Amino acid sequence: MAKDQYKGVWILAEQNAGRVQRVSFELLTRGRALAEKLRRSLTAVIFGFSIPEQELQGLIDRGADEVLAVEAAQLAHFQVEPYARCMLGLLSEHKPEIVIAAATSMGRTLMPYVAVKAHAGLTADCTELDIEKDTNNLLQTRPAIGGNILATIKTPEHRPQMATVRPHSTRAAEPQQGRKGVIRRIRAPQDALGSRTKRVDFVANRAEHGLQDADLVVTVGRGIKKGENISLIRALADSLDAAVGATRDVVDRGWLSYPHQVGLSGKTITPKLYMGVGVSGSIQHLAGMQTSENIIAINIDPDAQIFRVAEIGIVGDLFEVVPVLTEKIRQATNKRQR
Amino acid sequence: MRIIVPIKQVPETNAVKMDEKTGTMIREDVEAIVNPLDLYAIEIAIRVRQQEGGEVVGVSMGPPKAESALKEAIAMGIDSGVLVSDKAFAGSDTWSTSYVLSAAIRRMGRFDLIICGERATDGDTGQVGPGIAGLLDLPAATYVSRIDKISNGYCRVHRLVEDGYEVLDVELPAVLTVVKEVAEPRLPTLRGKQKARKTNIEVLSAGDLDVDAARLGLNGSPTRVVKIFRPKVARECRMLEAGDEAAIEKAAEQVVEFLRERELI
Repeated sequence: MAKDQYKGVWILAEQNAGRVQRVSFELLTRGRALAEKLRRSLTAVIFGFSIPEQELQGLIDRGADEVLAVEAAQLAHFQVEPYARCMLGLLSEHKPEIVIAAATSMGRTLMPYVAVKAHAGLTADCTELDIEKDTNNLLQTRPAIGGNILATIKTPEHRPQMATVRPHSTRAAEPQQGRKGVIRRIRAPQDALGSRTKRVDFVANRAEHGLQDADLVVTVGRGIKKGENISLIRALADSLDAAVGATRDVVDRGWLSYPHQVGLSGKTITPKLYMGVGVSGSIQHLAGMQTSENIIAINIDPDAQIFRVAEIGIVGDLFEVVPVLTEKIRQATNKRQR
Repeated sequence: MRIIVPIKQVPETNAVKMDEKTGTMIREDVEAIVNPLDLYAIEIAIRVRQQEGGEVVGVSMGPPKAESALKEAIAMGIDSGVLVSDKAFAGSDTWSTSYVLSAAIRRMGRFDLIICGERATDGDTGQVGPGIAGLLDLPAATYVSRIDKISNGYCRVHRLVEDGYEVLDVELPAVLTVVKEVAEPRLPTLRGKQKARKTNIEVLSAGDLDVDAARLGLNGSPTRVVKIFRPKVARECRMLEAGDEAAIEKAAEQVVEFLRERELI
């Protein structure tokens, strides 16, 4: 394979009802860094239908040099076959060296479907991306074996180098005023649009969404001992206006439902504040929260692993500490409101 | 209905060792189990067969001892198993695994559905299910939480996405990858175990498949593990002892102070 024919960094942006999804801006943060290192241009590819111009411009404002918007009524919602055909068409025409997508329900479906057909290497669920000196290979780092270790993977010979990136594992790129770039709207080729899957309905579930979007998260671990004690955590979370997260132990015991689960087997979160209560900090849990901006942990065991990633660690009995802390926060926030 | 269920044998615990040189897992000396997420695929396949008739065939790529994973699936209630095993497959990445499994499935005759678990708990990629669909040029529905009905060459499924679920009509034959919500796996029965003991597992090697030898195993895999390492943690933690009432009061105040400083409250 003539590797040097492949140039440029691509991100696969996602839209929902014509709105570019936040995760795409995270990809722009990643893609920009790679493009700078390689001194190549950054292209955002997006599939959809009648995507508003300002949405596409938003991708330029946040770091893309070029936007390829492939449009057709049949592309309004993700369907793997037409999306894959359009993507494969673009790849063979433009030959990017790197293609990254979000590890979402779409990215994790489309990317492997495309990669096998393109005979490209694909790495799942990366948390770090970098460029190897001298070779310019993409270095893809991901948690492996239940998150106990990290593995760095590369694709030395095949192109493009493809990766999915864990949502919320980096910051979303901010818009910069006056950034210039090229927006190309491409009508999807008719023969690419057939689909043997058809979306006949969609049922929204808002509750599942809250945790990853929350700025403040109070997470409870096994230290809470009983399901009925969760009310302590809810009171603390309410005082902060925070969402409630849980470790796998807590979810496995049925004390909170799966959408609350933080960690490798649940959600990755990067809130402004993560407060862990009775959380020991297994590696699989740390993998889902250690990039939070501020981390506070409360645990009775001074050797708990969670303290290794925390900025403030309270060593004490959560059943004594949490009520006091809740009251103090209530007082503090009430004062501010007055 | 003829249903194929790809099944992976994975190490029991998370305490797996890595070969520092190749970056692949050392699988010896660790108890091997059926990938826990494949149990949901096995279960729903059995339920579909109970409703629609037909058969469920498991297929596993792995070392000879992966036969026991297929036997366990038979003990749960699937009809037969095919083991795809060859030294040439060792060290395969997800591309190469998808390639070999799709070639094996082509050899296994006609089918209506391929049902996969969401991902394997060891590699944790979730790429092989969609990869098989891509190489067999089949429609795919991933993250399926429910199979609503099957009729007239279609199945209607619920597909979990970030903000809810989609209802999809999927033309058969197709690949589904299923999540835990789809059905609670049953335990193997005594009769099932007896049947499993008597069932002969067909073995396919590289020579039985229409595959390009250059695309197999470690050497045929596009990706390479460069290094493996322990995550580094680089935060300095301010430890606050909260052993008695006064200390708790003080610690709580310091937390509030911190929250104010960082403009979190």
